[in-house]
Amino acid sequence: MLSVLVFLPLAVAAVLVHPRVGDALARATFVAVSAVEVALAALAWASYETPEAGALAHEERAPWIPGVGSSYHVGVDGLSLPLVVMTTLVFLACAVFARREQHRPRLQAALFLFLEAVCLGLFVSADLILFFVFFDLSIVAMYFSISGWGHANAARSALKFFLYTFLGSLALLLGFVGLYVASDPHTFDMVELAAHPPLQGHGVAGGLVLAALLLGLAVKTPTFPFHTWLPPAHSDAPAIGSAVLAGVLLKMGTYGFVRIAMPMLPDAWRAWAWVVIAVGIVSVLWGALVAFAQTDLKRMIAYTSVNHMGYVVLAVGAAGVLGDGADDARRVAITGAVTQMVSHGLLTAALFLLAGSMFDRTGNYDLDAYGGLAGTAPRYATLFTVAAFGSLGLPAFSGFIAEFQILAGSIATVPVTAVRARDPHHGGLVPACAAAGVHRTDHRPLGGVHRRHAAGVGAGRPAAHGVGVHRSAAAHAARRDRARCRRTCRPRGAVSRRDGC
Amino acid sequence: MGADLVALLPEALLFLGGMVTLVGGSFTPRTRQWRMSLVAAAAATASLVAGLVAWAGDPRTAFSGTFTVDGSTGAARVAVTVSLLLILLIASGEVRDHPRESETYSLLLLGGAGALLLAGCTDLALLVVAFLLSSIPLYGLVGIMARPDSPEAALKTYLFGALFGIQLMLGAVLLYGLAGRAGYSALGAELAGAPAAAVSAGGLLVLIGLLFKAGGVPGHFWVPDATQGASVTAAAFLTTVPKIGALVAITRLVAVLPGEVRWATVLGVLAVASMTIGNLAALAQNDVRRLLGWSTVSQVGYLLAAAAVTRLSDQGQPALLFFLAGYALTNLAAFAVAAAEPDRRSLEQWAGFATTRPGLTAALVVALLGLVGTPPTAVFVGKLTTMGATWDAGLAWLAVAVALNTVVSLFYYLRWIRAALRPAAQLGEGVGTGDGGRGARTAALVAAAATIVMGLAAGPLWLILD
Repeated sequence: MLSVLVFLPLAVAAVLVHPRVGDALARATFVAVSAVEVALAALAWASYETPEAGALAHEERAPWIPGVGSSYHVGVDGLSLPLVVMTTLVFLACAVFARREQHRPRLQAALFLFLEAVCLGLFVSADLILFFVFFDLSIVAMYFSISGWGHANAARSALKFFLYTFLGSLALLLGFVGLYVASDPHTFDMVELAAHPPLQGHGVAGGLVLAALLLGLAVKTPTFPFHTWLPPAHSDAPAIGSAVLAGVLLKMGTYGFVRIAMPMLPDAWRAWAWVVIAVGIVSVLWGALVAFAQTDLKRMIAYTSVNHMGYVVLAVGAAGVLGDGADDARRVAITGAVTQMVSHGLLTAALFLLAGSMFDRTGNYDLDAYGGLAGTAPRYATLFTVAAFGSLGLPAFSGFIAEFQILAGSIATVPVTAVRARDPHHGGLVPACAAAGVHRTDHRPLGGVHRRHAAGVGAGRPAAHGVGVHRSAAAHAARRDRARCRRTCRPRGAVSRRDGC
Repeated sequence: MGADLVALLPEALLFLGGMVTLVGGSFTPRTRQWRMSLVAAAAATASLVAGLVAWAGDPRTAFSGTFTVDGSTGAARVAVTVSLLLILLIASGEVRDHPRESETYSLLLLGGAGALLLAGCTDLALLVVAFLLSSIPLYGLVGIMARPDSPEAALKTYLFGALFGIQLMLGAVLLYGLAGRAGYSALGAELAGAPAAAVSAGGLLVLIGLLFKAGGVPGHFWVPDATQGASVTAAAFLTTVPKIGALVAITRLVAVLPGEVRWATVLGVLAVASMTIGNLAALAQNDVRRLLGWSTVSQVGYLLAAAAVTRLSDQGQPALLFFLAGYALTNLAAFAVAAAEPDRRSLEQWAGFATTRPGLTAALVVALLGLVGTPPTAVFVGKLTTMGATWDAGLAWLAVAVALNTVVSLFYYLRWIRAALRPAAQLGEGVGTGDGGRGARTAALVAAAATIVMGLAAGPLWLILD
């Protein structure tokens, strides 16, 4: 079942690589396979039966490299299944979005199906080496996505992304080898390692292995101070690349915290939880404050990702401080972390796709250029508002449930975090910062006063479609002319009749 | 005697094949020299089959214990002969109708036989012979194509070979003098009572001599010049086949020297030096062949890390053999791509490669990411098991050094990938139009695919090696 889920997109991707597959067929296949994946994930959810503690549902296991204690071992539990479903949904959205792609659509479809297989494979892995294989391949696939379909400084940003995250992945690999060597008998199996955590009572060695794991996961997440690769990668990536990067790939880091670092090194985790909490709080604040200063829409969303991932890190850190005692608060914090991962994955993917459709029509991400959009593109504005408010964490949106749980769990655990409880509405100073950031996202493009460009955006839409080259200078100039025309001689109908604009 | 000869059948077949191509080439018309490549391929295939048959049999020794046929020899035989077959494919475009065509095939086979002798020898005297037998064809190969740079490369290789060969002989004599025996089986016991400083000096001299063959620090100086100056065929050969022989020979030697932890540390330090120097030097290279030359120096470092712990960890030996075979395939894939595009030398000239040759670009990406150690390729499994074995042996610092150096290596491998993916129009320069031949392209695709298959099928392969 899970193997089909993982390898179906991979097999289709292998077929799509063949040059004789037509572009239209490739686009349709991309959508169809993504939809089938959603169905398969839903099926997995429907037939899910809660396994015993420490076990996995839909488990499959086959020997892979028995000589080094590694096997093809997959399975899901309450932690990974929501992420699997979220991943399939994000990819379906991307597939639908990519139907308008003009630039090598066949290869893009193949690459993203490959990426989908890799992402799903990572979330269902129950073996450290299998996890690492998918972890690394996700980096490779995303590199090609950015460098092949990105814009502006795509090559440079892609390289930065690759180097940064590959460095992280090697630190992670070192940590895995450390776990492997310390386990007895030597194994890479996650279930066995979690059941019999190695390095218990070896303070220094456990701390070093944990440090390697944390470094690797923190780069991927990313948390402060390892987040600097994220904004350029996002701003130069194609829309669906950004959506997958923020929606799915970032979760691999936080998922690793919950799946690997915490259960496999419980002693060391408890001892160093305060560092994790500190990193989480700094990421939350830093991400929110820097997001506030951005004028580039995608960079702003990227920084809100740092902020949101900071919440997750904070929650898992708080869960570590609790230890075995206050079980309820611990569970609330972990549940909050997972809810936040899923919620952020869906919301950010939505925001990036919306930003991408704006880019397709205007050729830039400058927030100041889009005032008054709500008047000309009401449906777009509605969608954007929904996603932004969800991201803000307002009640009735998924972000609220997540952040409420995280804060409830962490304040109960670490009284220090209560310092943030100044704004009763949002639970603390930290979400207030986030609120400010998203507030700005909402207002600038949608409610501002720059009518001129907004009209251009609305009118330029069919033109951009027709030409098929969104970024061409000619199309852009034509749009601006038309916009100026509109502004000077309203009403619109009269314009087109009189001047032929 | 007869049974001993049968035990050396794979080596003998390569040697015989080399002789037949050499003599046969003299009696073949100038335009029909390609026939000799078929003879050479037949010899390599026969040697491969004989090697597999011998591997399936029981381990044994031949010629009074001077040559050992065991799992390591078997793995080396398969790796060397498969490498030779790939190199013959790579060579098919480059040396076709060259005045020295059949001689090149002959030297390839003789060099392969020398490397196999090196891998199997368990005797100091035979070690010296094997060293010479694998070195002398190498000097010829580097200079034979008479390119502008090749005389310098050949001379450099020869002079360094002579220097390190003398060191190896000196060390062998020293150890022989201390032990009174040349066979490895008796060496360990005899050396245990000898003065430790003298044993260390002798062992170190032999080791450094072998590092010339492996192309590792401190015997690495000739590698970048030779890969840049020689033909791609010779470059592919000299960065692959001698390494297989030399590294297995190193593990056999340190297995009998007293003081296992000390030798592991010495090898570990040499490994770190090799990977670091190779990586740092490769960062600045612009000629892809020279870049690959330095990259092989760093790869020897990783291989040496595995070789360092063959005595201290059960995983060391299989890790080394797996890594060696995986490295050989991956390295040959990269060289095959370079051979398929003989006019693209500097990184800038690779612009537009992705649009003109998408299949080869995929092979190049797989090969270069494979050299980095990206899963699921063979080098990944090799590196992973090497890190596990070194950590297991108590040399966790070596595992950390491998990981750190892998990060550094990423920079220059990615530079090449990036150059190959760049559209040509952006730079507006003429793109190399030279054709390296169908053989090189086939070799690139086959080798690149094989690295992935080998990584995925690591489980069963590991069981064979273990």
